[in-house]
Amino acid sequence: MRKTKPETLTDMKPRHKRFVFIIAAVAGLAVAVGLVLNALESNVSLYFTPTQVFNNEAPHGRSFRIGGLVEEGSVKRDADGLTVNFVITDRHKSIQVIYKGILPDLFTEGKGVVAQGRVEADGLMRADEVLAKHDENYMAPEAADALKKAEAANAAAAAAAAPASAPAAPSSAK
Amino acid sequence: MAINWFKYSAPTTFYGLAGKLIPWFAISSALLFAVGLYIGFVVAPVDYQQGEFYRIIFIHVPASILSMFLYLVMAGYAALGLIFNTRLSSMMATAIAPTGALFAFISLWTGALWGKPMWGAWWVWDARLTSELILLFLYLGFIALHASIDDPRRADRASALLAIVGSVNVPIIYFSVKWWNTLHQGSTIKFSGTSMHVAMQQAMFTVLVACWLYAIAVVLARVRSIILERERNTTWINELPEVRS
Repeated sequence: MRKTKPETLTDMKPRHKRFVFIIAAVAGLAVAVGLVLNALESNVSLYFTPTQVFNNEAPHGRSFRIGGLVEEGSVKRDADGLTVNFVITDRHKSIQVIYKGILPDLFTEGKGVVAQGRVEADGLMRADEVLAKHDENYMAPEAADALKKAEAANAAAAAAAAPASAPAAPSSAK
Repeated sequence: MAINWFKYSAPTTFYGLAGKLIPWFAISSALLFAVGLYIGFVVAPVDYQQGEFYRIIFIHVPASILSMFLYLVMAGYAALGLIFNTRLSSMMATAIAPTGALFAFISLWTGALWGKPMWGAWWVWDARLTSELILLFLYLGFIALHASIDDPRRADRASALLAIVGSVNVPIIYFSVKWWNTLHQGSTIKFSGTSMHVAMQQAMFTVLVACWLYAIAVVLARVRSIILERERNTTWINELPEVRS
């Protein structure tokens, strides 16, 4: 059909031109969208981590969301049964949160959480909304138990192997 | 060579082939739905965190995958129609759009039903949920744009452009949980494998294949109607036994 390879755009068949045009347009658009999303980075993210809050990356004087894990052993309920105190941590920095309301079912110590509210001058976050963030692991309860037991056994073995080290390995069996 | 690879790229021949294939896809889809949902709702164990609620993944995940995949297929057909001016490609793109929109809607709806008990909210404006909502709007926009232009050839070209431009959204949906902080959890099924329980995996993949076969069956049925409608003035249509009677 075609005798020679097309050298320039004008030599190309219309359908080849359209093909090149579409590829170029989609590539250009992808780059543009990529740049816009990159510029919007912090606005697209749903929450800030406690470290970001300490680095002053979170907004001041208005409501925003903090996400992280509920620190183990930090959940305390007030006598009224509705007000809850807990600590959100990213294993580096932590923020104390006070929330009055009903917590989602998946809210547990050591699991993901996203709290929305204001951080006040005393460094406490007064949350209006607390959401649980579950992870991507799906397991049968027995499998989860077995994992926990294996971890505890590993920790015990590590503690027995190094009896001289002053602080004992943190007990993961809880 | 004797084989004509493009034999079924013409509506004339494809119409008959599609008619023959539909029952096979429909029946195998129904069987796999029954098997997959049985494994998912009866055989698979409860989840250690989410209890029985997690079982919505057996519908939510396949619907979400299909909604993204069908969009790429639709955009691919639309691009073929635009580049090569083939009639059937544009008809296929038009036929895929409603099924894709259906899956996008199911994905959002089941996600909301899941979000309320698990997260504590029906909806949050996180990157994954928002980009999936945009996908639904792209499907609806494609359908609306195509329907609003009377000349089918011009409608094909205008809506093809929308479909191609919108395909940029699909990788954004897929990678949103990686690129940004979202409430939606990360991918369980990664290219490197999965940590999921075996019965849960089996149920999910079976329903995924069932959804796939359903989509093919429905799209073929729809493209047959589109062929009948658009080629109604041709001789071959008027000579079909089902048209003559």
